Amino acid sequence: MPLLDVDNLTIQIPTEAGLLNAVNGVSFTLERGETLAIVGESGSGKSLTSLALMDLLPSRAVRKARSMRFDGIDLMAVGQRKMEDLRGDRMAMIFQEPMTSLNPAYTVGDQLIEALRRHRPVSRAVARERAVHLLERVGITAAASRLGQYPHQLSGGLRQRVMIAMGLMCEPDLIIADEPTTALDVTIQAQILMLLRDIQREFGMGLILVTHDLGVVARVATKVAVMYAGRLVETGPVEAVFGAPSHPYTQGLLRAIPVPGRTRPGEPLGTIPGQVPNLIGPLAGCAFRNRCEHATDACAAAIPERDLGPGHRMACVLDPVATAA
Amino acid sequence: MLAFLLRRLAVALSVVLTVSVIAFLLLHLSGDLATDLAGPEASPEQVAQVRAEYGLDQPLAVQYGHWLAGAVRFDFGQSFYFRESVASLVGDRIPITLKLGAIALGLALLFAIPLGALAAVKRGSWFDRATLAFCALGQAVPTFWLGLTLIIIFSVNLRWLPVSGNATWSHYVLPSVALGWYAIPAVMRLTRNGMLDVMASDYIRTARAKGLRPKTVIFKHALRNAVVPVVALAAVQFGFMLGGSIVVEAVFSMQGLGQLAWEAIGRKDFPVVQAIVMLLATIYILLTFLADILNAWLDPRIRVA
Repeated sequence: MPLLDVDNLTIQIPTEAGLLNAVNGVSFTLERGETLAIVGESGSGKSLTSLALMDLLPSRAVRKARSMRFDGIDLMAVGQRKMEDLRGDRMAMIFQEPMTSLNPAYTVGDQLIEALRRHRPVSRAVARERAVHLLERVGITAAASRLGQYPHQLSGGLRQRVMIAMGLMCEPDLIIADEPTTALDVTIQAQILMLLRDIQREFGMGLILVTHDLGVVARVATKVAVMYAGRLVETGPVEAVFGAPSHPYTQGLLRAIPVPGRTRPGEPLGTIPGQVPNLIGPLAGCAFRNRCEHATDACAAAIPERDLGPGHRMACVLDPVATAA
Repeated sequence: MLAFLLRRLAVALSVVLTVSVIAFLLLHLSGDLATDLAGPEASPEQVAQVRAEYGLDQPLAVQYGHWLAGAVRFDFGQSFYFRESVASLVGDRIPITLKLGAIALGLALLFAIPLGALAAVKRGSWFDRATLAFCALGQAVPTFWLGLTLIIIFSVNLRWLPVSGNATWSHYVLPSVALGWYAIPAVMRLTRNGMLDVMASDYIRTARAKGLRPKTVIFKHALRNAVVPVVALAAVQFGFMLGGSIVVEAVFSMQGLGQLAWEAIGRKDFPVVQAIVMLLATIYILLTFLADILNAWLDPRIRVA
């Protein structure tokens, strides 16, 4: 049984202009010990997908799925209280904005201790000990004295480490990190990513990493799911997707980043012309077809999902060999 | 934290001193006190005698110096009218007005903060709309009218509570409601808006991501941040209430500071007016000071400012 099995997740947001189809039939699975990177540009629905797993979507958003199972539990069917029991205990989330994601009115220690005591009947002293242990584990020096500090007394990098420690308090089976490094300095970004990777291996958790940074994916992920305009266009093991990118959008993304050794100095990087389509109202066929150099009439019809190899799938009518050039 | 407190205290003291100068000057500019005190039929000699007796013939700066020298020893001189020490006269009235103001503010906060918070949590519901409608209505009702209406309903018709006076605690119920009423809409709206901002913030999402129950999210994580601006408003509102107590004390015939101030102004009882102005200013500044401290406790980021 996979740790997480999402089947046909759809998220719709009513707006004044009409119904926004933010996420459209997304399916994936995640095993314990795996790291799945959900990749896509802004507005592709990757963050909403991760929030939907935690049932933390904005109240206006409507979540639907054929099924969404976490360790056999149907997340679509559990009640609000049971979901609260799961959150923070067996599934934890780390957010994009460490500067604003901690409560300014309470000390770091209070917020860490609270995360454990909500789910475990332990004393404050025991919770405090675990908080110190985890702060040390995420690379914070003088951990015991940090407990008395307030978030505004810490740098962004430190706050994100605190957020990671907070997510680990109950030793969850699944951690969802929504662009955890976007708000940080470049030098800190790498440290935080390596920390997440090491912790995921050490604790044997499932990790979902939402990012728009393909460099990040290559370094830490085992599986990739490429999202475009609310749909999953290509998914598979990192080696397969990066080694033989098959969907024209994936290919375009990979051409747009420099690769040491392959990209020659002065050579222009690839770009993807055009814009992400408007997701308000129904959208038939391939969402990428208006930007795709290979588009044909067939792209306006329903797009079948095709198996390209073990676990490697894409949603495109083209023959993968024909697009690889 | 200590430096923060000392800095606020220094500011508070200088404000009190400034208020005393302004009040002193305004009262002396309001006309020739000696002529008024001696009465309309007094001869020029009698006026001169009154002037000398009360020290009104000396330069303003000297008079102010005398007053200040007394004030720091809590000696505010003699009342012109009551022929009694101002300190004891005012001292007798303070408890009544402070009790009235404190109960009124307490009632207002007790009512407005939970309802404002609930309106934010249930944003857009019938409850939220009813709350907003009540706010609009609440602010449109004049204090004296509300006071008289309360008397008619609860004292005259239902005979539940006394009509006037300040003898027992039950005498304070209706005046407190009448006085506190005015503060409710402002506090409620500020709490509601503060809660709406805070509930949409990232750290509330974090609190929910930890699996905290909704009541912990609302009361521990949200409300504490949302009431920071309410504390400052409450201090300001208490100042308004001390001023507004003139009306309420008149409606309910309570022998508080408001009544005394009203009488003293009418009788040009200058030392009493000056003492009351000083007292109200000091209470007001003290409250703002307390609000600052309370806010520094509520929001640790303020402590460094």
